Amino acid sequence: MKTCLVVDDSSVIRKVARRILEGLDFTIEEAEDGEQALAACQRKLPEAILLDWNMPKMDGYEFLRMLRRLPGGDGPKVVFCTTENDVAHIARALHAGANEYIMKPFDKEIVEAKFQEVGLI
Amino acid sequence: MTPNDFDFLRKLLRDRSGLVLSAEKQYLAESRLLPVARRHGLASLGDLVGEVRARPAAPLSIAVVEAMTTNETFFYRDKTPFENFRDFIMPALLAARRREKRIRIWCAAASTGQEPYSLAMTLTDMAAATAGFRIEIIATDLSGDVVERAKAGVYSQFEVQRGLPIQLLLKYFTQVRDSWQIAPEIRAMVQFRTLNLLNDFSPLGTFDVVFCRNVLIDFDQETKIGVFNRMAGQVANDGYLVLGAAETVVGLTDTFKPVPERRGLYMPNPAARRAGSPTKFAAARA
Repeated sequence: MKTCLVVDDSSVIRKVARRILEGLDFTIEEAEDGEQALAACQRKLPEAILLDWNMPKMDGYEFLRMLRRLPGGDGPKVVFCTTENDVAHIARALHAGANEYIMKPFDKEIVEAKFQEVGLI
Repeated sequence: MTPNDFDFLRKLLRDRSGLVLSAEKQYLAESRLLPVARRHGLASLGDLVGEVRARPAAPLSIAVVEAMTTNETFFYRDKTPFENFRDFIMPALLAARRREKRIRIWCAAASTGQEPYSLAMTLTDMAAATAGFRIEIIATDLSGDVVERAKAGVYSQFEVQRGLPIQLLLKYFTQVRDSWQIAPEIRAMVQFRTLNLLNDFSPLGTFDVVFCRNVLIDFDQETKIGVFNRMAGQVANDGYLVLGAAETVVGLTDTFKPVPERRGLYMPNPAARRAGSPTKFAAARA
């Protein structure tokens, strides 16, 4: 079973994402911000990361840059999941190494389609 | 809605569009027709049906039929047909048409345009291979409203996230407030027309590829066979028919034969045509 780290400061979003991703046969880990997520990745890299942009302590963009510098950090497929829906943010995320991008609000179909797109399903 | 009104609507839908609405889908008809009734200032679905009965040729009856058709679609839906198109169909056609340098594609139930635009984006990404070719994409749908939406090429945030890779969103779309509009050069590659598959579609000419996915599945068997047989007359001998994942011609008609190991992909069966298929093959290319 693949593991997905859900990184979002909203417990509601983490809960919704957990429900969707468990339905897609993922084991879920959660982090409330970029710092917690980075610590989790230093312990063990997940196969997938669903990543919010705006979070306290360390935002999603900064986390992604740090992740990609870790040994093996290019392995996890990173799907941004954020309310930042303008072209500039999307381009910046892809440039930093994101594999896909979900604009909130999202539903199960969108998450499933994006995870399929990057070969996670 | 009374059972009598529902039966009337089912017959209207079948006669006008070929679509079969099963008896247990009354809730679907009601939920889709209530907004139509409101738009036309009618107090109830009974009044709506009464109006359509009284004036069957009036625009209201068209609105009723269009409201009951399903326009579910998304970019690169099911993925495999588009991979087959890029990796199997197009290489074969580019080789076979190297003299005429013309390839014609028909999306026979294009809905709001995601399928033909997915093909147009795929072809644009194959620009080096298709250089010098004139490639036409004709996209048709029963509903005039839906065709107008498709022509505009404007999609909601939900629509662009269903099947469209983010890189293609950035490459081919412009953000217009909360929506996304597909690039003018992609829109220009597709010609949209209103067309009812129950009517004669021979004026469209002969095609090298026909995408007809997830529409005939809702037709009754007799109508389905009729459409397949007429379609067979409009696909070049070495052309292709692409059906939805849950659809097949097998057991319905032998005017098409499955392409081995390519699910959902069919080619015309000239032997069946010679053996006296009811349809006449249009030899001349349009």
